Amino acid sequence: MNSYWFGFRGILGREFLRFISQRSRFLSALVRPLLWLLVFAAGFRAALGIAIIAPYETYITYEVYIAPGLCCMILLFNGMQSSLGMVYDREMGSMRVLLMSPLPRPFLLICKLLAIALISLAQVYAFLAIARPVGVEPPPLGYLTVLPALVLVALMLGALGLLISSRIRQLENFAGVMNFVIFPMFFLSSALYPLWKMREASEWLYWLCLANPFSHAVELVRFALYQQLNLPALAITAGCTLAFSLLAVAGFSPQRAARAR
Amino acid sequence: MKTTTLLKSLSLSLLVAGSGFAATALSSTAVAATAIVSNEKDDTLSLIDLDSLQVTETLPVGQRPRGITLSKDHSKLYICASDSDTVQIMDLKTRQIIAELPSGEDPEQFALHPNDRLLYIANEDDALVTVVDTGDRSVVAQIDVGVEPEGMAVSPDGKWAVNTSETTNMVHWIDTETHQLVDNTLVDQRPRHVEFSKDGNILWASSEIGGTVSVIDVASRQIQHKLSFKIRGVHPDKVQPVGVKLTDDGRYAFIALGPANHVAVVDAKTFEVLDYLLVGRRVWHMAFNEDQSRLLTTNGVSGDVSVIDVDQLKVTKSIKVGRYPWGVVVLP
Repeated sequence: MNSYWFGFRGILGREFLRFISQRSRFLSALVRPLLWLLVFAAGFRAALGIAIIAPYETYITYEVYIAPGLCCMILLFNGMQSSLGMVYDREMGSMRVLLMSPLPRPFLLICKLLAIALISLAQVYAFLAIARPVGVEPPPLGYLTVLPALVLVALMLGALGLLISSRIRQLENFAGVMNFVIFPMFFLSSALYPLWKMREASEWLYWLCLANPFSHAVELVRFALYQQLNLPALAITAGCTLAFSLLAVAGFSPQRAARAR
Repeated sequence: MKTTTLLKSLSLSLLVAGSGFAATALSSTAVAATAIVSNEKDDTLSLIDLDSLQVTETLPVGQRPRGITLSKDHSKLYICASDSDTVQIMDLKTRQIIAELPSGEDPEQFALHPNDRLLYIANEDDALVTVVDTGDRSVVAQIDVGVEPEGMAVSPDGKWAVNTSETTNMVHWIDTETHQLVDNTLVDQRPRHVEFSKDGNILWASSEIGGTVSVIDVASRQIQHKLSFKIRGVHPDKVQPVGVKLTDDGRYAFIALGPANHVAVVDAKTFEVLDYLLVGRRVWHMAFNEDQSRLLTTNGVSGDVSVIDVDQLKVTKSIKVGRYPWGVVVLP
């Protein structure tokens, strides 16, 4: 048991050290959603009237609407970046040593996911703190109830990142991941527009958004931030987390690596 | 999507939230009341329970109900049924229309004198203010005012009846003893609503097209201050003040800004605009609950009523009612 704890602490410690040594990464992770909130949302404030939709009890500004999506955006970028760091770590970094340790590989990968999730949470809460003076004011208890939702979403996105990193050989492919995974996931979701609005524009776009796990992750966070549970969103997010994790673990199996060679 | 509270799965949070809900329930009990809303396009009244914030009843009334007001003992509701050219009286115990008053044509807004007997009614099409005795249901007087009379108010001491005319752009001062028009105050374009401060010294008059609210000294009948509004992201043409409500403690004035979909919160002493609260579409009229902890707004185009927490200055909920809600009163 002690060795498991030692392993988890090692992975978490390394992620934390990387986090504090790369301040620019922390800042850029914050600047990105803040630009969306302060510039993009301000421009769309008048153009997009947001009617009353659950979990909101009354009319809301566009800033309030997109805040949960921007929280998930932080988790998405962080999950992808950190997990894709595995491409390097696996060949030359600490993960190479760890993956050879007697600890089970699935355990090590889950530790990695948890470490990424915990580091991402700090960034999300920093974003929510800055967003409050701009008018994004969920109920105080919402900051607590959103925590489990954020952890689950971070795990899901981290697992997806690990799954992708298990399939790519070179870090240069990150640009491809940006274009083919991150952007489509973010834009084809309920992060920026409610799905009923998307349906007004195009029926097939609506169905694409509905099929996107990121939409459900955003809705899970949105409801939890207002102290409500969106059960379908929870079921889909949890299911996807499990599926991505299993596939990622399978992707990192030594047999598969041997076959790939 | 079906939702339940997340707290069900978090025992610690449940404990905290449980105490919060209990506190909410207790405070709600203290303000238990019913809001009555006139729905202009449905020819109905919606009754909202202010505990549950749900519509509990919808009652049919005359055509195009707009202005509504309560008798002093809250037993009767007067309803301007504009297209029926009458003011209806509803018995609030039986919810039945028990009488109709000879209001003159197209009554839109009215005000009840503090004597609980005389009703001052603005007749939009006839450029008249009709004074009706609600006791014997007779017309006491008809006073010529400007074109398209709209807003009506009676001073708390009962000395003044004040009317606004939308096209003449004036506030008309009527002496309630002689029923004579004694003075006019020129205000900005399309004055829609007037409201006296509790002490009766100040009159607030909103100008819909002018986009301003004039604060008028009652003694001199001169404008002493003029308020204008600017909302981030909203075109100035959409800022069209209509309803005005003042807290009894003299702290706040709330101004409904029509198609700007916001209510302005004004410091009633310094006349500084403190905040803009987002409500439904085309907000026109408002009413406080009895202890003035809540303010309700009628949002015509979106067909709902928004509830503002006066202490927090936050909009807490919007409730769907009928089509084009217009007037609102609160039955304690």
